[in-house]
Amino acid sequence: MTGMTNEIKHHLTDALLMGYASGNLPEAFDLVVATHISLCDECRARLGSFEAVGGALIDEAADAVDVNDDALESTLRLIEGAPKDPIRIRDTAPEAETVFPEPLRDYVGGDLDAVRWRSIAGGVKQAVLPTSRDATVRLLAIPGGAAMPDHGHHGTELTLVLKGAFRDDDGLFARGDVEVANEDLHHTPIAEPGEVCICLAATDAPLRFKGILPRIAQRFIGI
Amino acid sequence: MNVVVEAEEQDWAALVRRVDRDKDKAAFAALFRHFAPRVKAFLMKSGAGEALAEECTQEVMATLWQKAHMFDPSRASVSTWIYTIARNRKIDALRRQRRPEPEDLPWGPEAEPDQAEVMTLQQESEKLAKAMKKLPEKQRKLIEKAYFGDLSHSEIAAETGLPLGTIKSRIRLALERLRHAMG
Ligand SMILES: [Zn+2]
Repeated sequence: MTGMTNEIKHHLTDALLMGYASGNLPEAFDLVVATHISLCDECRARLGSFEAVGGALIDEAADAVDVNDDALESTLRLIEGAPKDPIRIRDTAPEAETVFPEPLRDYVGGDLDAVRWRSIAGGVKQAVLPTSRDATVRLLAIPGGAAMPDHGHHGTELTLVLKGAFRDDDGLFARGDVEVANEDLHHTPIAEPGEVCICLAATDAPLRFKGILPRIAQRFIGI
Repeated sequence: MNVVVEAEEQDWAALVRRVDRDKDKAAFAALFRHFAPRVKAFLMKSGAGEALAEECTQEVMATLWQKAHMFDPSRASVSTWIYTIARNRKIDALRRQRRPEPEDLPWGPEAEPDQAEVMTLQQESEKLAKAMKKLPEKQRKLIEKAYFGDLSHSEIAAETGLPLGTIKSRIRLALERLRHAMG
């Protein structure tokens, strides 16, 4: 169990929730959305309303397509042949709180202590997670008081805070908060003093760093 | 198999409950007759060939049987729930990518859905369906393309003008009750 975060101030946009509801986001974005929703009932409910649109579309009979004559029988055979869906026993008393919600743990192969970090610059560490190639998602660890390299980007960038906090022109971002940035926004997130800030960040285009990292280094790092 | 005539007043949620509690094949058959042709249409519009769509439809309907205990009628209508199963199958089979899902909300007998909540949510879902039928053709097509087609996320128009706020509020209340029951 991850535990809910009640003080979330920065949420997902309607376009992202609709993209997730319709199954049209790159996998990297799906991961950020699913991780935020694990922490945020407000967006979970908003997602439910967008999924209801899909439900209403599917319910309209106008262009239903006949299934095979024996479809019901073969489905019942499928059900009989399948292993029983195990009844998951839920812990009533939550065990030790984890930093990463379940969908993220699935990609990391564990919680925060299982991440294989690589240093990039200025004390910042990252770990790229494997997803389909239309977008990339990485974990970032920014030391307290340190700045993320200043960059602009071409497409959409999502940054979800999992631990610690950062601040930029849009305000303070703490656990559960997600920043949705587009190409017009040039921001310089700075981790709040003290604790290291752990973020999950997805981009659908390579970042263009200004300053700190020379272009040549970007290719090696894979940012 | 013929497409069954519209059964608008059918209580689908009660049928799913019978599948869950009694392994009731007649209830499942009724759900199958209504939803299987619709799921197949959805998958074909999403780009699946006829044979693949047929195969995936049967898998989606089998999932309905296997996961009937997971269905919470205070948070989704049966068509919405089936839509999410079909959508996940689409991502898996057509787009061939993993689908990260939000952490589940545990719920057991102590958090049985509240019947008044269930009723309201089902009514709100019907209202949404009616509102969608009244949309101007152009806007309807756009929404259909977003959900059934492959409109990329940057093209998706999130401003649907549909009454989604009320449904959201109902789901929000159901989630609060659930959290409360979990302690
Ligand atoms: Zn949120």
